[in-house]
Amino acid sequence: MEKYSQIIILGIAIGTLARIFMLRNDYRSYPSYPHGYVTHISLGVIAAALASIALPAIMEKEFTAVTFLTIAAQQFRDIRNMERETLSKLEERSLVPRGHDYIEGIAKTFEARNYLVMFVSLVTTGVAVFTDLWLGALSGLLAIVISGLLMRGKFVRDIAIVKPGNLHFNNSLLMVDNIVIMNVGLKSSQEKILKEGVGVIIHPKDDDARATLNNMGQRQAILHDVSALVGSKLEIGEPDWTPLLRKDIDTGKLALFIIPNEKDINCIIEAIYRTPVLESAEQKPLSSEIGRKASD
Amino acid sequence: MDVAIKDGILAVVTAYPNKVQGNVAVFVTENDQESERIALLLSRILAAMVHDLENGVYIIVKH
Repeated sequence: MEKYSQIIILGIAIGTLARIFMLRNDYRSYPSYPHGYVTHISLGVIAAALASIALPAIMEKEFTAVTFLTIAAQQFRDIRNMERETLSKLEERSLVPRGHDYIEGIAKTFEARNYLVMFVSLVTTGVAVFTDLWLGALSGLLAIVISGLLMRGKFVRDIAIVKPGNLHFNNSLLMVDNIVIMNVGLKSSQEKILKEGVGVIIHPKDDDARATLNNMGQRQAILHDVSALVGSKLEIGEPDWTPLLRKDIDTGKLALFIIPNEKDINCIIEAIYRTPVLESAEQKPLSSEIGRKASD
Repeated sequence: MDVAIKDGILAVVTAYPNKVQGNVAVFVTENDQESERIALLLSRILAAMVHDLENGVYIIVKH
């Protein structure tokens, strides 16, 4: 086993590096406080270690060592549960919640990232066993880049165009362009909404996008991200300021209404663009024959 | 656990009581201005939303 020690250490190092690299883009998905980092990096080290040992063990004809990988799978399923539980609990005290779909997406991502770490470590040790350490390290880094690209996911920017809308009242009905948002009874609230509120329209690019944006979880995710990035004046017991997304049933475009802390329409549009498209919300009617026929 | 009545009319505020019937709390006021004020107070107290039925009747609904 002596000759493999360097390879195993390399595998663990590159795997851990992969986990740290993937933590980088967590700023919105999770309130990334130091302890969260520690938890995930430690689990990343464990994942890397498990995967790094696998190949050398097989080379030494220790076939039972592979069963360790099943323990890993079990272990990482618990991460999903852990994330889901934490985020769901935090949700109860949140004014603009993420919604279950978003939380499920985040939890799934956290689980999957550990499998990616194992993949990176396996590639690293695999190449290192059959060639040399340097090539192993290089291929490990390449695997990090590839997994990063593969796991990037889509954003609202890819499926929709966002434009400023005209926020106005039709008697007591608050509207963005021709889409009714809600009935606001108080004159004082109406004045404040007109002064400080912002309305934007999200135009889906095609029928796939329309179906995806139709998903309530996806809409809640957009509302959450916008409120998190530009702030919302919503307060307990004052539902008049609730940010809302409503659909034009004829065209599928969405109208978003929010009273932001900072009334900067470009930032709001950018915040919408940056919202991830949830895996569970994504629909592709156009990839079926019926969907394509119906759309023309 | 919080228990609340949701999506039902909690109260009605109006200066025209003849426009409302049924088993619901009606706050009868002198004029529309007072209705507006009472509706605002009720909405803050009940943490609910004021909706205007555009005939001088305001309803308080918790969503």
